[in-house]
Amino acid sequence: MGMIEIKDLHKSYQMGSNSLHVLKGINFSVAPGELVAIMGSSGSGKSTLLNILGMLDEANEGSYVLDGVPIKNLNETKAAQYRNKFLGFIFQSFNLINYKSAAENVALPLYYQRMPRKERQEKALKYLEQVGLKEWATHLPSELSGGQKQRVAIARAMAAEPKVLLADEPTGALDSKTSYEVMDLIQKINDAGNTILVVTHEPDIADMCKRIVHLKDGVIVEDKKVKQVRAADYV
Amino acid sequence: MFSRDRWKEIIEVLTTNWFRTLLTAFGVFWGILILIILLAAGKGLENGIRADFGDIATNTMFVWTRSTTKAYQGLPIGRRFSYTTDDVAAIWAEIPGLRFVSPRNQIGSSEPNVIRGVNKGAYNIYGDYPEIIRQDPLTITSGRFINPLDIQESRKIAVIGQGVVQDLYEEGTEPIGSFVTIQGVNFKVVGVYKKEGNEGNQNAQKEIYVPFSSFSKAFNRGNRVGWMAITAQDGMPITAIKEDIFSLLKKKHKIAPDDKRAVGHFDLYEEFSRVESLFGAMRFIAFFVGILVLISGVIGVSNIMLIVVKERTKEIGIRRALGASPFSIKLQILMESVFLTIISGMFGIVVGALFIYGINYVLDLSGPVDMFMSPTVHVGVVISALVILIVSGLFAGFIPARSAIKVKPIEALRTE
Ligand SMILES: Nc1ncnc2c1ncn2[C@@H]1O[C@H](COP(=O)(O)OP(=O)(O)OP(=O)(O)O)[C@@H](O)[C@H]1O
Ligand SMILES: [Mg+2]
Repeated sequence: MGMIEIKDLHKSYQMGSNSLHVLKGINFSVAPGELVAIMGSSGSGKSTLLNILGMLDEANEGSYVLDGVPIKNLNETKAAQYRNKFLGFIFQSFNLINYKSAAENVALPLYYQRMPRKERQEKALKYLEQVGLKEWATHLPSELSGGQKQRVAIARAMAAEPKVLLADEPTGALDSKTSYEVMDLIQKINDAGNTILVVTHEPDIADMCKRIVHLKDGVIVEDKKVKQVRAADYV
Repeated sequence: MFSRDRWKEIIEVLTTNWFRTLLTAFGVFWGILILIILLAAGKGLENGIRADFGDIATNTMFVWTRSTTKAYQGLPIGRRFSYTTDDVAAIWAEIPGLRFVSPRNQIGSSEPNVIRGVNKGAYNIYGDYPEIIRQDPLTITSGRFINPLDIQESRKIAVIGQGVVQDLYEEGTEPIGSFVTIQGVNFKVVGVYKKEGNEGNQNAQKEIYVPFSSFSKAFNRGNRVGWMAITAQDGMPITAIKEDIFSLLKKKHKIAPDDKRAVGHFDLYEEFSRVESLFGAMRFIAFFVGILVLISGVIGVSNIMLIVVKERTKEIGIRRALGASPFSIKLQILMESVFLTIISGMFGIVVGALFIYGINYVLDLSGPVDMFMSPTVHVGVVISALVILIVSGLFAGFIPARSAIKVKPIEALRTE
């Protein structure tokens, strides 16, 4: 039983009278504990696929089952609930809330789980410690470097203990040294058993995953297991 | 809904841009301030005019005689006539729904007409029944008022005003039990009165009341009646029965039924109703103008919230990606708007109250002003203002809250 099962997924964007067919029948599944890189040239539909997996967007056709739960015809309230329970997001541009401290940002998904305040704060600190930023808990995002921001974002994605982490070019805005630090973190999280999907167009980042899926013109053209390169060797 | 985190979020958002928050709050503050001040000013005017009516029983009319303006049953035009004590009995007997019918006689003089020892003065003297105190109230400060026995036995007693005491008695002299000579007849003083609500009018304190019967005998009025004060029972406006009384009086005095002028009257109820409707209109205008100003404030809040929501599109997208439900986002925006509206509105109420307090203070210092007295705002008005604020806060937040969740999460995340 896979963690993610998608079958014959189609997505097109309507722009006036033209429609742009972006995903043209995607089939793949991800087993628990996998670390998958999704690669492909710009405009190949990587983000589109990830957003559908993240329930931020909806497919036009096809089925999507997440850990045995069929994802279809969700209203926005239900979708929000599923995102909160099942998924953690890591974005290229970090997407931290700029007037909240690092700890408050990490605690936010827990707030939407209605977790009591005290517990929430403890948990946020625990995850900040895991990403090595405990001392920065009270700092605002504007006081952090890019790499630190992304680590806060990873802590936030982890805080709700989701089934799957979805990262869209998590290293896209970072230099190679910080990129490897972030990948090291992601690998460690994966080592602990978490399922992670990473969209990237950098081959060295993809090599740090356990499996690479290649998208081209809306279909998967290659799907192979690779020998994982440990980021720690480069840090 | 009222968790600490919600409030923290609200305060955080509102304090990120102080200047804008203050500017937004000002519209609502101003609206409620104007509303409160207008209502208070209306109330002040109302109090002032009511004070001029004094404590008088407002369901009352006064009836007097004038010369006839029509010939009737062989009697000439321009004839003068007089009411008598028979008329009082007839009104009681034939008109239902009355509470008091008080015949009155009166002498006024510009020459001194009352003497006590070496002091003298000119006063209005009234011959009255005990009931008059219920119709045109006065407060007995010492002694007593006229009683039925005084009427029965035609006692020569008098109730005098504080103004009269000041004029005719040396400091410290006890007026009760002393005698005053009214137009050559001695009356024993049994009471002193004061009229409330007439502070501005010194003449109201300078009157003398004696029993109706004694007055008639002492000043040779026979059974004639100068005028009458007629009060109807509560719930039965005097205005509704007065025509019946006029018809009765006209019949008894052989006056043409269509003679409009022969029976003179002043209908307090009608006057008062007219003033009441004026008060109503004033309140309406105050509410109307106040609410309009408030609405413009509310639209201001709504507009700013809309801009804030637009600016926070990305943040809202992030929150939704992290699991915020649309309801939670909506609630957040609504609460921000209601909170802002209520805080600024409360501030307006407080400043309005201080302003009114100040006006009252100045009025107290400078003494009474015509037609204006102690402007106040009723607690009920403050409470309804608060209700209006909450409702308008909800209204102000409604459109922004809707627009906040109209954008799909993916699009919200994509905005920069
Ligand atoms: N909301 C949208 N409306 C219309 N077209 C869209 C929309 N989102 C994406 N597209 C189009 O769909 C195609 C795939 O976009 P997508 O963002 O998935 O590409 P990508 O593989 O992530 O590319 P990149 O590597 O540049 O991020 C592109 O041609 C893009 O222009
Ligand atoms: Mg992309």
